[in-house]
Amino acid sequence: MNNFINPNLPTGEVEGAWQKTVKNLSNLTTEKKNKFEIIIVGCGLSGSSAAATLAEEGFKIKLLTYHDSPRRAHSVSAQGGINAARSLSDEKYKVVIDQLFKDTLLGGDFRAREASCQRLSELSSSIIDQCVSQGVPFAREYDGTLATRRFGGAVVSRTFYARGQTGQQLLYGAYQALSRQVNLGNIELITKRDVLDLVIVNDIARGVIARNLINGNLETYKAHCVVLATGGYSNVYYLSTNSLKSNATAIWRAHKRGANFANPSFTQIHPTCIPPGGIYQSKLTLMSESLRNDGRIWLPKKIDSKDDPENIPEHERDYFLERQYPKYGNLVPRDVASRRAREICEKGFGIGFGGKGVYLDLQDSIKKDGLKVIKAKYGNLLEMYERIVGEDPTKVPMKIYPAPHYTMGGLWVDYNLMSNIDGLFVLGEANYSVHGANRLGANALLQCLCDGYFISPKTITSWLANNKGIDNRSIDEASKEALNYVDKKIKALLKIKGEKPVDYFHRALGEIMISKCGISRNRNDLKTALEEVEILSNNFYSNLKIPETNSGLNVELEKALRLEDFIELSILMIKDAIEREESCGAHFREEYQTKEGEAKRNDNLFSHIAVWKFNSGNNSHIRFSEDLNFKKINLNTRNYK
Amino acid sequence: MKDFISIKFKVWRQVSNESNGSYEEFSLEKVSVKISLLEALDQLNEELTTKNIRPITFDHDCREGICGSCGFLVNGQPHGPKRGTTTCQLYMRNFKDNALIILEPWRAKSFPIIQDLSVDRNALDKLIISGGYFSTQTGKTPDANLIPISPKKAFSSFETATCIGCGACVAGCKNASSSLFVAAKLAHLGQLPQGINGKKERSIKMRKQMTIEGFGQCSNNLECEAVCPKEISADWISWMNKS
Repeated sequence: MNNFINPNLPTGEVEGAWQKTVKNLSNLTTEKKNKFEIIIVGCGLSGSSAAATLAEEGFKIKLLTYHDSPRRAHSVSAQGGINAARSLSDEKYKVVIDQLFKDTLLGGDFRAREASCQRLSELSSSIIDQCVSQGVPFAREYDGTLATRRFGGAVVSRTFYARGQTGQQLLYGAYQALSRQVNLGNIELITKRDVLDLVIVNDIARGVIARNLINGNLETYKAHCVVLATGGYSNVYYLSTNSLKSNATAIWRAHKRGANFANPSFTQIHPTCIPPGGIYQSKLTLMSESLRNDGRIWLPKKIDSKDDPENIPEHERDYFLERQYPKYGNLVPRDVASRRAREICEKGFGIGFGGKGVYLDLQDSIKKDGLKVIKAKYGNLLEMYERIVGEDPTKVPMKIYPAPHYTMGGLWVDYNLMSNIDGLFVLGEANYSVHGANRLGANALLQCLCDGYFISPKTITSWLANNKGIDNRSIDEASKEALNYVDKKIKALLKIKGEKPVDYFHRALGEIMISKCGISRNRNDLKTALEEVEILSNNFYSNLKIPETNSGLNVELEKALRLEDFIELSILMIKDAIEREESCGAHFREEYQTKEGEAKRNDNLFSHIAVWKFNSGNNSHIRFSEDLNFKKINLNTRNYK
Repeated sequence: MKDFISIKFKVWRQVSNESNGSYEEFSLEKVSVKISLLEALDQLNEELTTKNIRPITFDHDCREGICGSCGFLVNGQPHGPKRGTTTCQLYMRNFKDNALIILEPWRAKSFPIIQDLSVDRNALDKLIISGGYFSTQTGKTPDANLIPISPKKAFSSFETATCIGCGACVAGCKNASSSLFVAAKLAHLGQLPQGINGKKERSIKMRKQMTIEGFGQCSNNLECEAVCPKEISADWISWMNKS
């Protein structure tokens, strides 16, 4: 295990650096590959694509997931699309690559590695080739070529899409490729398993401990290396756009075993989601941001107004974004829109359940363009809204509110996507790589597939080629230790026999995190949050109730195991947010803003990745940093006024 | 309309596939009409948990109608009374105050019961594993724009590719047939130029696997189409049988 932080970046020019790196990586013959086993945890876009590719090359894969089928992974929910730098002519090709590179880095507010962003952009075009050959039915132009659209404030049109279901179609492509390998006997699909610990032998990741969700048994899986592709942790906030079972357990357990965590506080909040309707609301559904093109955002000028919005006259409405940003109006960037909505709701002007909502009103656009045009533009979105809220958005203004959507933070990985634990690779949203302090729209799917199809298969092969071989006795000993640890953890939770169900505590954690470590943050609130989470943690361990089930299947236990890790991760997120004394990307510290209320970066002190190491000796964290250097691009600031 | 209603649930309870099951009744008060049926079940489960009664097991995850995890019979209908809607998108405002809601698991030989409303739909994966793909390999692919595909064809393929694998079509069919599921996959792949060559072979493999997994013959009742949350047309079954 390395205590110093070496990102293993390529030397020289960032352009073409990946191709040069690949040439220097070690390879193996297919016969040799057949002798290696790889554990992959998670079956979303990055896990499935890595599993399929590594299996095609000859490795034996064990794919573990808590789902019953890989097709259920949360990647399926991604709506918008996938960015790719494509061009028909060679000279233009360089231009479009540079553009995507630049937008990715600027979107992340210069808190990501230049070389990784360049690689993402260079590989993007091959991703589209790959997906099309698998049968992903992307939208087409009239001449039969691939269609693109503009996305997330980009000036160029480079987002490929399959209606509003791009993630679903890309996931099915990877799922089908992996199904083919299951058929050929190269992948063992191990479903309904929660991975609860990592097995490390002589400082190398060699296995995992999993709980069988059907019979409750704990199982050990061994391999030559381990890949975590377990997604993000927005569910720390309880209410988020994530699927309900998305969790941080595998990466958090790996962290506690020595894997460093990078920038845990970097979380993206999406401005246009359907707000909660009551306390038993379980998630927040995302509504495409494109609605801001035709919707005017407003709130009543009167505090705590209970009037129906249709009856509030024009002069009693505050179109607060148009008022504050006359130039951009309702189209200010995601984080600005989210912050302004939160501020005004906290002052008591908010509408709906708990006063956490603002109106997005399509009336003026309907009057101008006609109902038909608006319906054609947003048809399925409007239907979805009506199904959930029960109101017709073409008659009554929609209610929206920002919601946690994506976590840029994750396990620290080097340029080869390997954590500081030898043989532990981390892919997709679970790692910290290209997105910096804020992710560019339509880059999430791209990163997952780059990691899974093109980067990790090369770097994992190279690592295995130089692998020392397994010592079976040491693995058995280490597995036994990890298994006992998990067993004790489970028994301790079952023994509490308190009075409150898991979700009671999870909701409370979510409220602390969203109000104090969410859209905007300040030192005092963060300090308070730290104390509140500590109290919550104590309550959890003294008053949790898990019912007796008389069978191994125990959903409340599953949830409790996840929440334990969310609580610990929350504390690290808060600490990270306190330590980063600047505003950058989605991390907005109220103390560090310009007169206009814009994020104020501090490049002298914080042009780095915060790397948190867990010290099991005294159960504490140490903060290191990995400096970021920019060769191809100059650091500058954005301006939306 | 009231903001809060009372509901009486009649739920199929069964610890495992090996044990016997029975119906149990539960009353739930103060159910907000703004929450979904699954959220009402969460509310009920919290009550059961505090009373140390085993909560009701049901599958779910994304809760926005796309992952295909959720699904059981709501008053006898897969995914409940609303057309083109998954169970997780069914909201309580669709039910009257003091309504009785009967919840039962998918019933099909190929879907053994795991617990209560949760069934094992592994057989659907086995259908895909048997041949529901193209045999391309990573990195060995031609330029995506090499073969033009008309928007009409691409969209038609997309429409069949939207199947979320929930199993409602099987649960709705009196023969527990997976014809619509298989037809949708064959149509997704078979309509694309990349898929022309393997069209016949794919069809033979997947249809053979249907029999192995114990799915029945198509009943021609079109119930599959009526209950499909993605509204995939049963015409694709005729398309499959013709080609």
